[in-house]
Amino acid sequence: MERRSRNVTGIIRKVSIYVLLVFITLVTVYPIVQIFGISLRPSDQLYSTSLKIIPDDATFEAYRTVLFEKDFFTWLRNSLIVALSVSIFGVALASTAGYAFSRFRFRGHRAGLVVILITQMFPATMLLLPLYVLMKRFGLIDTLLGIIIAYTATALPFCIWTMKGYYDTIPRDLEEAAVIDGTTQLGAFLRVTLPLSAPALTITGLFSYMAGWSEFIVARVIINRQGLYTLPLGLESLSSTFQTEWANYAAGSIIVCIPVVVLFLLLSKFLISGLTLGGVKG
Amino acid sequence: MKTKYLIWFFLLPSVVVIGCVVFYPFLYNFYISTTNMSLYHIRDYTFKGLVNYREIFSEPDLYYYFGKTIIWTLVNLFFHLVLGISIAMLLNRRIVGRSVFRALLILPWAMPQYISALTWKGMFNYQYGSINLILQKLFHVQGIEWFSNETWAFVAPILTNIWLGFPFIMVVTLGGLQSIPRDLYEAAEIDGASAIQRFTHITLPMLKPVLTPAVILGTIWTFNNLNVIWLVTERGLPADKSHILVTYVYKAAFTYYRYGYAAAFSIFIFIILLIFVLVYLKQTRTLEREA
Repeated sequence: MERRSRNVTGIIRKVSIYVLLVFITLVTVYPIVQIFGISLRPSDQLYSTSLKIIPDDATFEAYRTVLFEKDFFTWLRNSLIVALSVSIFGVALASTAGYAFSRFRFRGHRAGLVVILITQMFPATMLLLPLYVLMKRFGLIDTLLGIIIAYTATALPFCIWTMKGYYDTIPRDLEEAAVIDGTTQLGAFLRVTLPLSAPALTITGLFSYMAGWSEFIVARVIINRQGLYTLPLGLESLSSTFQTEWANYAAGSIIVCIPVVVLFLLLSKFLISGLTLGGVKG
Repeated sequence: MKTKYLIWFFLLPSVVVIGCVVFYPFLYNFYISTTNMSLYHIRDYTFKGLVNYREIFSEPDLYYYFGKTIIWTLVNLFFHLVLGISIAMLLNRRIVGRSVFRALLILPWAMPQYISALTWKGMFNYQYGSINLILQKLFHVQGIEWFSNETWAFVAPILTNIWLGFPFIMVVTLGGLQSIPRDLYEAAEIDGASAIQRFTHITLPMLKPVLTPAVILGTIWTFNNLNVIWLVTERGLPADKSHILVTYVYKAAFTYYRYGYAAAFSIFIFIILLIFVLVYLKQTRTLEREA
């Protein structure tokens, strides 16, 4: 008797957990599902007050418009140039600086790490404003090089921190063995440590890539010329004419989101360990 | 090669780049903060000493924005932690489709932030936004004019940011939960500990090492979050009432072109944040020592 009532409460508990989880998940994905629905709206239903997710007469018209009638490919090209440069630049510099911080003790070692952490506390305007004024002087406003510089300023400290955290987890014995075998320390780094760090290099690179791909506030300040718009600027320009272009904005967002979201889901595990490792090991 | 040279060889490129794009601008920002530089005085500015700093403290809305920033940070962090931890605990069981739930629940974090913010802005639209439509059709309540009222205009970005931020805490907590040994719970159960006691005496203390860095990062990110308020409230609607400190400075710098003033204000925000983090770190460390 007692066992049966225990079973019943167990089942009720189980069911209520699922109900709760499904409810939370539905609320969470609703905005995303909704924007997908909007992207399917035909142009005569933009001002719809229906709550249907998939509109009547659903169409991919907005996707065609965004891809072929807007400057989508210009935005895409600019975003690719910026994000790729930032991530390549960031990884190349961070892979060496992070190594120095992980393996050697030198004067200013601690201070250097503290400075890197402190830069993460800067409010956006703290570097953006002086960079903007300087770029105005040097004629870098309205150039892609301008945004690349600004993004590097924010991405590089973070990259160094992540790389250092990863090198810390690779045992030194491997390098020492290589040195005993007659390689130089530099050779040991190039032939032993660097290949072992391939996952960290990839992840650091991809994350700084995604940061550049998705940044709006800084780009807004540095770029005014439409021909140099990156994807975020382009999409925002569609959304500000909200009433007429809402479906186009939604379609553009879906196109831009899919690759980043997939990458993110694949990498989320590594990101967490990168963030917390650095925090714990200091 | 001697180790000394090797260190320089590794560090120098980054030191040069950080020096040029971080350190020099940082110092230059200090310099700007002591001048009356603006769009109209970009070359012929003059040295003004601490005038800009004095102006910050005589700004009538300073305490209003400061208060809003504190509320913004606390409310967001509170909900991020409560939602993130409880959802993680729901997921940390034998559940069919666990990885599907996990992937779907991470989506708000995975989406580019500006897209989420713009999407939510659309959802808060008075006539066509789905939030008002849901209120009207499902609950038969009148729609809210989100951006003409000071309070609602602040609630809107908070709702957006709670949605954006809880997955981060959820994922961190999930990782932490998996590292807690099962026998701890079993032993506690044998000793007759209730579910709440097990949570406060085992789960929370064991989560602390992963949650502490996450909370510090979360605080910094939330405090400095420009995107959400800027995009959701369309630059501080109604009439600059929904700003937090960072959006206010951004507007002062790039809408009103008050460079000197904005530079001083950035330093002011940075110092507040720095003090907070130092105090927080010190407290968690002293707590650890006592424990």
